[in-house]
Amino acid sequence: MATEPRIIGFLCNWCSYTGADLAGVAKMKTSPNVRIIRTMCSGRIDPEFILKAFRKGADGVLVSGCHFGDCHYQEGNFKAMRRVAMLKRILARLGISPDRLKMVYISAAEGDLWAKTTFEFTETVRALGPFDRTRLNALYPAGNGENEKTPEKGTGEITANEVHHG
Amino acid sequence: MADKFKLALYWAASCGGCEIAVLDTEEKILDIDANFDIVFWPVAVDFKVKDVEALPDKSITVCLFNGGIRNSENEEMAKLLRKKSVVMVAFGSCAQEGCIPGLANLYSRESIFDYVYHQSPSVDNPDGVTPHPESRVNGYTMTLPVFYERLRPLHHVVDVDYTIPGCPPQSDQVGAVITTLIDILANGKELPPKGTVLGAGEKTCCEECLREREEKKISRFYRPHEIIADPDKCLLDQGVFCMGPATRSGCGGKCVNAGIPCRGCYGPPPNADDPGARIIAAISSVLDAETEEDVNRILDTLADPVGTIYRFGLADSIIPVSLDFNHKGDE
Ligand code: SF4
Repeated sequence: MATEPRIIGFLCNWCSYTGADLAGVAKMKTSPNVRIIRTMCSGRIDPEFILKAFRKGADGVLVSGCHFGDCHYQEGNFKAMRRVAMLKRILARLGISPDRLKMVYISAAEGDLWAKTTFEFTETVRALGPFDRTRLNALYPAGNGENEKTPEKGTGEITANEVHHG
Repeated sequence: MADKFKLALYWAASCGGCEIAVLDTEEKILDIDANFDIVFWPVAVDFKVKDVEALPDKSITVCLFNGGIRNSENEEMAKLLRKKSVVMVAFGSCAQEGCIPGLANLYSRESIFDYVYHQSPSVDNPDGVTPHPESRVNGYTMTLPVFYERLRPLHHVVDVDYTIPGCPPQSDQVGAVITTLIDILANGKELPPKGTVLGAGEKTCCEECLREREEKKISRFYRPHEIIADPDKCLLDQGVFCMGPATRSGCGGKCVNAGIPCRGCYGPPPNADDPGARIIAAISSVLDAETEEDVNRILDTLADPVGTIYRFGLADSIIPVSLDFNHKGDE
């Protein structure tokens, strides 16, 4: 059996998360493949979050902000859109399909659009197949801990004592 | 006087610039000599690996290790020197984060060998010979180091105590670190906490830059030779791709002062794991783009985006290697 795509959705607090909440309150069906992380603004989504999501097991990343002109913080969604567009270029060169990353704009009233988007994106990612991270996992055998930058540990702490013995 | 402290310097996958940076400390070299016995420094002193092997563990006070880990020899030397040294310092960008040699992580080992030994225009190799880790000649087995699949920074292979960033580290900073180190060792003072970045600042290159920022919006990028930039204004504001906002301070802003954009050799600033992610975050506020198409049009004017934003930091970034070598057409 094929594994289900794992998708991380970064949603802004003011429009998109409220929209997703509306979908829930209205008992609309949404794709269970999308796991939501709420941020105050789509402009708060650091490109690092997106890269780390891919590294730690996401097959796709959805970024959702307010429609242009509606951003609670004026232009956070413009920044998010530019970051996503730049990241897509970088991902392509790093051998990750840019279609695994998508920026959408969903307002607090668009619960139905959120529901539809989750299914559409899940199908896009499913069609791309699971993101083959064999090479990445080989780099970071330690698993999903925060401190993955040092996969193999060397010796222990050094003490002032050890230095001064001449 | 008690025995002098012992110092080792080594180079792995690097260009040799770090060695020059040590020599460039000028008269500080005399302080080094007065306070340290140099027990290993292949570029300058004739000790052999077996001399290092014969030393007791932890008998080298400080090892300044430059270069990344590209082959089995690099790795063996890193592990040997780690075992013999009390303080292991990743010296320079290659040891810290992979640097330019780390950009080879965008290519497979096969394609690197193919280019270097067969395709490169300057290669004369009529028999198509490619090095092998082991070959038999006249009944003897000869070995070469194994070339690994990718380049790793030093801290991926051994425990590193301190880092001195830079490509190469600026000599004044190296000199200052050496002076401090001698003071600490000679006077029995406390060493800085493990993991400290030495010989650099705690800000970004941008924060120390003297150029005037105006928060302009840019609609294309220029390479330094395509524009005569205003000498007093921010280069990024003028469309010259500058890594200043994503780079640790400490170099003294030599490039930006000379009209050349920061390339990022001092590595990511404190609290940033990934220089590429950091500069993308920063650049997003200066692009004159209302749609993804606008962004793409602007990016088309930037030669080699990955090589630009990860010029020094690819091998230590969040995705430190290309995951699919079939990607054709380098940007
Ligand atoms: S030239 Fe570079 S370092 Fe200087 S202010 Fe502009 S972006 Fe920052």
